[in-house]
Amino acid sequence: MAALLFNLFVLLTAISALGVVLCRNAVNAAMCLLLSLVGVAGLFVALDAYLLAFILLLVYAGAIVALFLFIVMLLDTQGAPRPVLHKLPLLARFVAGALVLAGLASFLARGRLPSPDPAAVPALGANLKLYAYQLFTTYLLPVQIIGFLLLIAMLGVIVLSKKFEGVDDIK
Amino acid sequence: MLPATLNTYIALSVALFAIGLLGVLVRRNTLVVFMCLELMLVASTLALVAFSRFNGTMDGNVFVFFILTVAAAEVAVGLAIIVALFRRRQTIQVDELNALKN
Repeated sequence: MAALLFNLFVLLTAISALGVVLCRNAVNAAMCLLLSLVGVAGLFVALDAYLLAFILLLVYAGAIVALFLFIVMLLDTQGAPRPVLHKLPLLARFVAGALVLAGLASFLARGRLPSPDPAAVPALGANLKLYAYQLFTTYLLPVQIIGFLLLIAMLGVIVLSKKFEGVDDIK
Repeated sequence: MLPATLNTYIALSVALFAIGLLGVLVRRNTLVVFMCLELMLVASTLALVAFSRFNGTMDGNVFVFFILTVAAAEVAVGLAIIVALFRRRQTIQVDELNALKN
């Protein structure tokens, strides 16, 4: 059962990630992103990181994808005509894509990471107390910095989305 | 059937990252490019959690915590920039945003 679910989530993640790239419509791409994130959350559960799976769904699927959909609705750029691509950027894209695929293929063909038996390794990610312990001891300074970063991001968003007509608005 | 080993997880993570990078390179809608960036970020978190699980450590999981927070902040600021850009230029196609070119 667990193996079947694992395969299902891997397929869901990979196929809907491809959908993000291939869907022409931005709304469909956002929906594919959502499905892909659900797949990754399922894999987190398979890796015994229940809290992270929950937060991934809450933050990404709940907030970020909803924000994306909201902006797609706000901007409404679906009807734009397709621009003509010049030769050089097109060539560069093909070369870059080929390099990425070659790297991926080489990992799939030759990547052999030693994989210990999961049952023999303690599943620390399942323990909620450990997160709290780590966050308030070893990673206390990063937590403070992240809090400050969130504050700055909020201020930045407010400044960015405010309309400035002239110099007087800034004062 | 795929075996649930570290190798499979990392292969999927590499595949997700490659797909995301491909999307960043080939797509022209700034919003979709941004979605593909998020996909790359999620791929890295998957690798971190998998390594953390199979090595019996906690640090990867805590790092994912921070990455998710930074991703939320990044999306908020990025989408605000895209909206500001659209307000000024009336387009979010990557090819038309070439003010810095010359």
